[in-house]
Amino acid sequence: MSGTTFYLCLGVVLWLLGLHGLLRLQQTLRRIMAINVMGSSTFMVMVALASRDGHNDPVLQALVVTGLVVAVSATAFALRLAVAHQPRRSSRQSTREPGE
Amino acid sequence: MPAPELLLDLTLGALLLILAVAALHGQRLYTGIISFIAFGLLLALVWARFGAPDLALAEAVIGAGLTGVLLLSALGRSDSDSEPAPIRAPARMLAALLLGVLVLILLLRAVLPLAQGPQPLPALVASQLEASGVSHPVTAVLLNFRAWDTLLELLVLLLAVLGVRQLRPSGQPQPGVWPLLQAWSRVLAPLSVLTAGYLLWRGSHAPGGAFQAGALLAAGVVMLRLAGLLPELRWAYWPLRALVLIGLALFLSIAAAGAWLGDGWLSYPPGWSGPLILLIEVAATLSIAASLSLLVVGERKELER
Amino acid sequence: MLAWLSGVALVAGAFFFIAGTLGLLRFPDVYSRLHAVTKADTLGLGLVVLGLCLRAPSWRAGLLMLLVWLLVMASSTTACQLLARYQRERDQLAEEDDNASP
Repeated sequence: MSGTTFYLCLGVVLWLLGLHGLLRLQQTLRRIMAINVMGSSTFMVMVALASRDGHNDPVLQALVVTGLVVAVSATAFALRLAVAHQPRRSSRQSTREPGE
Repeated sequence: MPAPELLLDLTLGALLLILAVAALHGQRLYTGIISFIAFGLLLALVWARFGAPDLALAEAVIGAGLTGVLLLSALGRSDSDSEPAPIRAPARMLAALLLGVLVLILLLRAVLPLAQGPQPLPALVASQLEASGVSHPVTAVLLNFRAWDTLLELLVLLLAVLGVRQLRPSGQPQPGVWPLLQAWSRVLAPLSVLTAGYLLWRGSHAPGGAFQAGALLAAGVVMLRLAGLLPELRWAYWPLRALVLIGLALFLSIAAAGAWLGDGWLSYPPGWSGPLILLIEVAATLSIAASLSLLVVGERKELER
Repeated sequence: MLAWLSGVALVAGAFFFIAGTLGLLRFPDVYSRLHAVTKADTLGLGLVVLGLCLRAPSWRAGLLMLLVWLLVMASSTTACQLLARYQRERDQLAEEDDNASP
């Protein structure tokens, strides 16, 4: 099995793993990680297709670089939304943490 | 296909699957996040194996580094650590498994034939490469042939910063910083500036470019900020706002100048493409660094007026 | 001859990495785990870098790899100290809480 086919299959399996996690998990942070796994697996499919004939396709690789930055912006915004929705950490104020 | 590559692919694939499962279904959220960071680093190895060094650099800095810091700081602000027990119903699990296998087969049938198709684009890019102003194909694609995508990407980054500003992030009490961390940050920060500058300059003829350089600069700023060596990044401080906006503004003005005075929107005049691309890359690096730093370590006092 | 030496160095480096990971998984205590991982991994990386330097196409590439090894060594040592200090302060706080409660 060539490298391209292997990583295409792996990308699809990882995508389904992320989708399953998104649907079944309940903690917001884990769901955001699941979306990131889905995104990274899509990038894997694109990069595998970028070298399907043996030549490296610079267009697909450039698109994945763009996609990576867009993914991190979306993740940052989603994480701020997730944190803003939670009640204040009042119960944790009493425990001391190292360094304080 | 030679056997050593297959061995490497199988090992990487198995590790990626294990890390993805550990990240999503591990017991503690903290362990899951660390597994996710390791997943990002392994993904960078996969990109390197495919001969995409720009992508490997970007993934290592952005996907593993900055996303890891984002997740850990979100964990620090959130309450619970362990996942509540999922509802276990055997019939549901069987139905989900069957559905999953069905979707897997459908997706594989859709995706695998794509691997047989022809690749017209590399030859096309190679034929136009000298006219593009740079000699590295990925940079040429990013900043000349598909410059519109890069412009919109800078816009998306700006939108994320504006969105985060609206959310009034919670102030987090900054714990006292240990001297070793401060000393190490003082060593790493100039190194990150140097490496970022080198990556930026190198992007025109070898793997590198504006995104990797900007993200590396942002990582240096985040490290300094977490070690308490940098004062708060205040949005009210106008040079910071200028830095965030300069990439998009410069890019838009060059595109508009092309539309009014030249050949068309985003088509560089011949002979000028090299210097123009360098200018856009420098501005984009500064913009990306400022935006990513604000996204990762921006606090309430910093982000509102 | 050089290829054989570099192969030996690479295999030895891999062995030290495996040893360090085994220590990470099997040792009972945070401190001993940190000890195993930091020391064994740094030595393993040094041997891998040595093996790759023997195959390097130019002096410059070999020098860059050595510099990378030095940076990784400094960075992992710093991380190890910070983690160990965090764990020690947490243990001290837990001890104080235990002594204060009854």
